[in-house]
Amino acid sequence: MKKIIGTISTVAACLCVSTAALAQTEISFYFPVAVGGPITKVIDGYAADFSKENPSIKVTPVYAGTYQDTIVKALTAHKSGKPPTAAIVLSTDTFTLIDEDAIVPIDNFVKTDEDRAWLKSFFPAFMLNGQIDNKTWGIPFQRSTVVMYWNKQAFKAAGLDPEKAPQDWSQLVKMGTKLTKRDASGNVTQWGIQVPSSGFPYWLFQGFSTQNNAILANTSGTKVAFDDPKVIEALQFWMNLSQVDKIHPPGVVQWGTTPRDFMESKAAMIWTTTGNLTNIRKNAPFEFGVAMLPANVRRGSPTGGGNFYIFKKAPQAEQAAAYQFAKWLTQPERAAQWSIDTGYVAVSPKAYETPALKAYAADFPPALVARDQLPFAVAELSTHDNQRVTKALNDGLQAGLTGTKTAEQAMKDAQAEATRLLRSYQ
Amino acid sequence: MTLSSRHIQAYLLLLPAFVFLVGFTHYPAVATLIDSFMSTPRGSRPAQFVGIQNYQIMIEDPVFWKSVMNNLWFALATIPASMAISIFMALWVNNKIVGRQFLRMSYFLPTVLPMIAVANIWIFFYTPDYGLINQVLQLVGIKSQNFLGDPSLALMSVTIVAIWKEAGFFMIFYLAALQTLSPSYKEAAQIEGASPWYFFWRIQWPLLMPTTIFVLVNALINAFRMVDHIFVMTNGGPNNASSLLLFYLYEVGFKFWDSSYASVLTVVLLSILAIAGLMQFFLLDKKAHYR
Repeated sequence: MKKIIGTISTVAACLCVSTAALAQTEISFYFPVAVGGPITKVIDGYAADFSKENPSIKVTPVYAGTYQDTIVKALTAHKSGKPPTAAIVLSTDTFTLIDEDAIVPIDNFVKTDEDRAWLKSFFPAFMLNGQIDNKTWGIPFQRSTVVMYWNKQAFKAAGLDPEKAPQDWSQLVKMGTKLTKRDASGNVTQWGIQVPSSGFPYWLFQGFSTQNNAILANTSGTKVAFDDPKVIEALQFWMNLSQVDKIHPPGVVQWGTTPRDFMESKAAMIWTTTGNLTNIRKNAPFEFGVAMLPANVRRGSPTGGGNFYIFKKAPQAEQAAAYQFAKWLTQPERAAQWSIDTGYVAVSPKAYETPALKAYAADFPPALVARDQLPFAVAELSTHDNQRVTKALNDGLQAGLTGTKTAEQAMKDAQAEATRLLRSYQ
Repeated sequence: MTLSSRHIQAYLLLLPAFVFLVGFTHYPAVATLIDSFMSTPRGSRPAQFVGIQNYQIMIEDPVFWKSVMNNLWFALATIPASMAISIFMALWVNNKIVGRQFLRMSYFLPTVLPMIAVANIWIFFYTPDYGLINQVLQLVGIKSQNFLGDPSLALMSVTIVAIWKEAGFFMIFYLAALQTLSPSYKEAAQIEGASPWYFFWRIQWPLLMPTTIFVLVNALINAFRMVDHIFVMTNGGPNNASSLLLFYLYEVGFKFWDSSYASVLTVVLLSILAIAGLMQFFLLDKKAHYR
């Protein structure tokens, strides 16, 4: 008898526990890892801290691979009817996610004045890719831009002021020419400037095109302007760096080895993401500087990186919980620490006023360059059928850089292909 | 009675394998074929029957043809080269030489390493100026080459990685086959005064034929299957110069999310692989000398 009562009470106790567990909202959260460092550990820590502060919500972070792996997993799960509650995916995938009817606008959850203030607290440049048709679909989380790194030692050796990076295109060519070193037989031992062009050349090209005052796509993502004369001119300038001025390595330059080329002094100036800052700081055997990209008609750089999205097919209670989590993640103190840990740009001006980030920037001023460049930053190229349209541009850029097509021909072909792809969205 | 119960027993034993085969091979293949005649469903627009429209799109798609041509060159280079190297290595490490175990292991090593990891290492081998290969080239007075960034070299560069990766794997099959050959052939050949080449060409090679066919079919299938390193090394670039059929299929399916066009490409790929498989059964099997 005692035994039976014991069993019953155990069962009852179990039932109580499970009802308590049921009251907790569980949200799944897919995230990619695109930079070095113990990112998984940091995110797991965030999930645990958030649940401690909000005991009614349990966040299950799922490491999903690269950005590409993450969107594949999230969209496949969406199509099977069981998407994650939230995910970090490229900001340029917004159109894809909308076209697949996979996400809900963040505005659905913005109800109080505090919510509205929070939505306005981000750098406007980071909101561009996530705001379509007057709705906000993605919240900036891990964001970056393109900056220029320069080797101060090489500048000194070439007789240049090591504290001054080129400010415009003509200075870039002039300094690049001085920085390009050749051995007795004419082989280049150090290139003046290197801009990588493998994989996703459109992103770095957006530096050139924006500086030449061209915008590649309209905000509704239905039209592109690849054959705009200013765009062709921008590509011609990039091509000339290697084909005419001979201060840039020929052909397509690998994205992955560019930081290494810089640290090996094979390139005196490089353009790459702010996300490489921590890596280069740790490994460069010489003093280096970080600068905004040089201007032509204007300054300019695209933004990059990932946004936080909430999925449509998730239950409403989970969506609301995910919204709480998004707000919690982007609080100034947390955004500041995230920026210090990863090298990403902190997403709101307030984060730069926190003591932690102020102290970090005082010790290491280059960390602020990306922020200072943000007022000149534009949306990363994104359209409907995004990756396909982007590929049309990538193919054109690589055809130009490898000398298979003229700048004009390459951009006209890319435009024709993109127009064909976008015809059903007009 | 006994017969039928034996039948039932046999089918029951086959059932688990059958379920997996249908679930993961036959059903997806048929579903792909059906999807290839439908439009891609997007959001609120469901899939519709569009007939052979997707196939017409494929025929007009220059990137598809570029990938097919690339893949043919890739196959034409990897298959004979990896087979020749593997047989040479197998003959070499089959001899009684010092450090034989070490040699066998080092030849087999590329097979064991994950492709993604070795591709990342090969990127640095191919790096202009200070990469290993360019340093060697510069020593002998050849200008530094941008292997992965030059459209005329990119495909060759990824092909070499594939040969390097495969040769060791095929060597194991040849080595195993060589060791089953009776040593009396060799003794007889020596007594008769046959040259090593004559011995290889007239005795070992014919006896190795079943292995060669097995390796050939595997090499053919791998030539259409091995694309991991493309993702890491070139992403199909520059301007599709190193895009292979399966790589392009992935791009269409999981980057462009055009599932119906991806189905068409899958049908093409499946047909190629099916022809390769059938070739083994009907053509080459007759020419092989089985004991």
